Amino acid sequence: MSSAKRRKRLGSLFVNGALLIIILIWTIPTLGIFISSFRVRNDITTSGWWSILPHREWQATETIDPRAEGLDPTEVMVIAGVTGTFEEFRNGVTSPDGKRITWIGNRRIGMVEVQEQVWTVSWNFTLDNYRQVLGGQSFEFTRPDGTVEVVPGDNMTRAFLNSLAVTIPSTVIPILIAAFAAYAFAWMSFPGRKWMFILVVAMLVVPLQIALVPLLRDYRALQINGTFLAIWLAHTGFGLALATYLLFNYISTLPRETLESAFIDGASHFTVFTRLVLPLSVPALASFAIFQFLWVWNDYLVALIFLGGNPEFELVTQRMAAIVGSRGSEWHLLTAGAFVSMVLPLAVFFGLQRYFVRGMMAGSVKG
Amino acid sequence: MNYVSGKEVKQPSLGVRILALIGRVALAIAIPAIAFYILYLGFLFLRDSDAPRIVITLVAIVWGVGGVALLYWIFNGIVERMPDQWTTRLQPFVFVGPAMAILAWYLAIPTLRTFWISLFNRDGPPAGLTIPELLASDSFVGLSNYAAVFTERVMVEAFRNNIMWIVFGSTFSVAFGLIIAVLADRSAYEKLAKSLIFLPMAISFVGASIIWKFIYEFRPPGQPQIGLLNAILVSAGGVPRAWTQWVDIAPWNNLFLIVIVIWLQTGFSMVLFSAALKGIPEELLEAGRMDGASEFRIFFGIMLPYIRGTLITVWTTIVIFTLKIFDVVWVMTGGQFGTHVIATQFYRQSFTNRNSGFGSAIAIVLLIAVIPVMIYNLKQFREQEAF
Repeated sequence: MSSAKRRKRLGSLFVNGALLIIILIWTIPTLGIFISSFRVRNDITTSGWWSILPHREWQATETIDPRAEGLDPTEVMVIAGVTGTFEEFRNGVTSPDGKRITWIGNRRIGMVEVQEQVWTVSWNFTLDNYRQVLGGQSFEFTRPDGTVEVVPGDNMTRAFLNSLAVTIPSTVIPILIAAFAAYAFAWMSFPGRKWMFILVVAMLVVPLQIALVPLLRDYRALQINGTFLAIWLAHTGFGLALATYLLFNYISTLPRETLESAFIDGASHFTVFTRLVLPLSVPALASFAIFQFLWVWNDYLVALIFLGGNPEFELVTQRMAAIVGSRGSEWHLLTAGAFVSMVLPLAVFFGLQRYFVRGMMAGSVKG
Repeated sequence: MNYVSGKEVKQPSLGVRILALIGRVALAIAIPAIAFYILYLGFLFLRDSDAPRIVITLVAIVWGVGGVALLYWIFNGIVERMPDQWTTRLQPFVFVGPAMAILAWYLAIPTLRTFWISLFNRDGPPAGLTIPELLASDSFVGLSNYAAVFTERVMVEAFRNNIMWIVFGSTFSVAFGLIIAVLADRSAYEKLAKSLIFLPMAISFVGASIIWKFIYEFRPPGQPQIGLLNAILVSAGGVPRAWTQWVDIAPWNNLFLIVIVIWLQTGFSMVLFSAALKGIPEELLEAGRMDGASEFRIFFGIMLPYIRGTLITVWTTIVIFTLKIFDVVWVMTGGQFGTHVIATQFYRQSFTNRNSGFGSAIAIVLLIAVIPVMIYNLKQFREQEAF
């Protein structure tokens, strides 16, 4: 009995341990970006973000001027009780008591440092990175040596507002149109009903790439390319099949008696739809809304094609990709910008987790 | 006049009826006309305005959402004012019509148009010619774009990479998702674990690309490594690498990009598997344990067969998903270093090289690749007999 118990405990230790390791691997990438976005820009480029954790670092305790000591760098020297050549001191020579003697700089004007390993954390946090990416025209940045440099801001605020202006209508419009259609499929009879629904099902997995070239031609002909209307309609078109399918599955299972009693009371289809069906379908609407919201907010390809030519209307994903392209090594901008672009989806994720999971599961087959 | 019949009394005079009719017609024309005019003004404002961004954003939201609702309300109003018979006949189309029109314009007809464009050279079918003239013109190239799609070196490379994406991406996402679902089911902190693994699903591909670019960040040997992977490697005595640009190991440098999608998609498969595993009746598992089967036997003998349906769904979804992968490659490498995939080649050919014939042929190949899934969906729909 006790051996079985021990085996069980060992098993649970293994399960929890393995899971913990997987979680760490899954979380650390995001954590690294998050921590880095608050670090001073010089720190980001000179040390890894993990140096905010306690670690041992060599720090100078004493500086020796080799010329004052009368040392000749071309020969073997004795510094602070340690013997070595210039090359050896350049790489650092460790003394028996754990100190390190390092020659900093070149032969002629270099200095010698006596260093000791000390526990340290690098905790210089700042909001400047966020100020710069969110800022509009220019941003003043003070270098460690005191000089001031003026750098252009990255205008993520404008991109953020543009993304909102694209995402909210691109979420609500397809839901509204799909809900009307789903209601018609579920509760009305009309010629061609079956074939129309077959079209909806067939369009579920069609890759949107198929439509981009012809649509761009239409948009150019209609002169709406590069406008909000163009991209709302595009996202509506690409999300509509799935929205109609999901909402039909939900709306067709609403209790028949409730609707029929409303019709007997003389309500029209429009009234039943707006007063009865829409309120009853909130769970399905919310699930799809979250999926579509994330899909549009995180979309890059559709925005690139239909809003690509106009920097005024750049969205967060485009802004971020542009920074990666032009200043891909400026990690203080990339980290802060990445977090600005993630803040809304993450808020949705933590705030509406149950709907979020349902929405992602339901929306997974989108084309 | 006959006041005896009660029916007649309630009927207003002919003049009033005509006036009412004219009024109705006028209203039926005026309301949509005014509404369309307001919507058009909104459109012009959004296109040309220099107003502060926040104002434009708010107007855009109100105009877009309100406009659609307004259109439904107006058309429904018109149809409901018609004779009853016509209302019954037309109202379904007011409800279903916009959805069908948009679906046709945005997906159904473009498949045919894209196929048509794919039969022509880089500028597509020239304007102003009839179909026989088009077929005889020099720009008509028949299926030669398709021949090029399957033989050009860059395309063959893209297909090879895409197959790697599909095979490794889907297999590892499914495997990790399943392992994590099983582990989480038995752990003390299931909810927290599942949230943290699922969290990357909220992150955009562009964001995820930046996150992983930072992991792979490369500094020449001797400088402090700020990318986690190289830092670990250097502290273990290795040589730092620029992982995604490491052409010496091509095509395996694609794996460093595929990892990103595995990181994103595992949460999705985990959630579906977790739900499926919870649906397995406890008695079934107990019976297996009573017979002395090991946990591994139970997993492979009972659990896996039970969740087979979910397994197929998840696997298909991730396959379709990786087939169309674009953002990650575009942001991480731009397709350089031998990392192009079908969707990035589609973008490059259609919009950078402006070779619409070739680009359209690539899009058709993508479509053909998903047709088995489409047929499966239609079959499922037929079997449901909901109609």
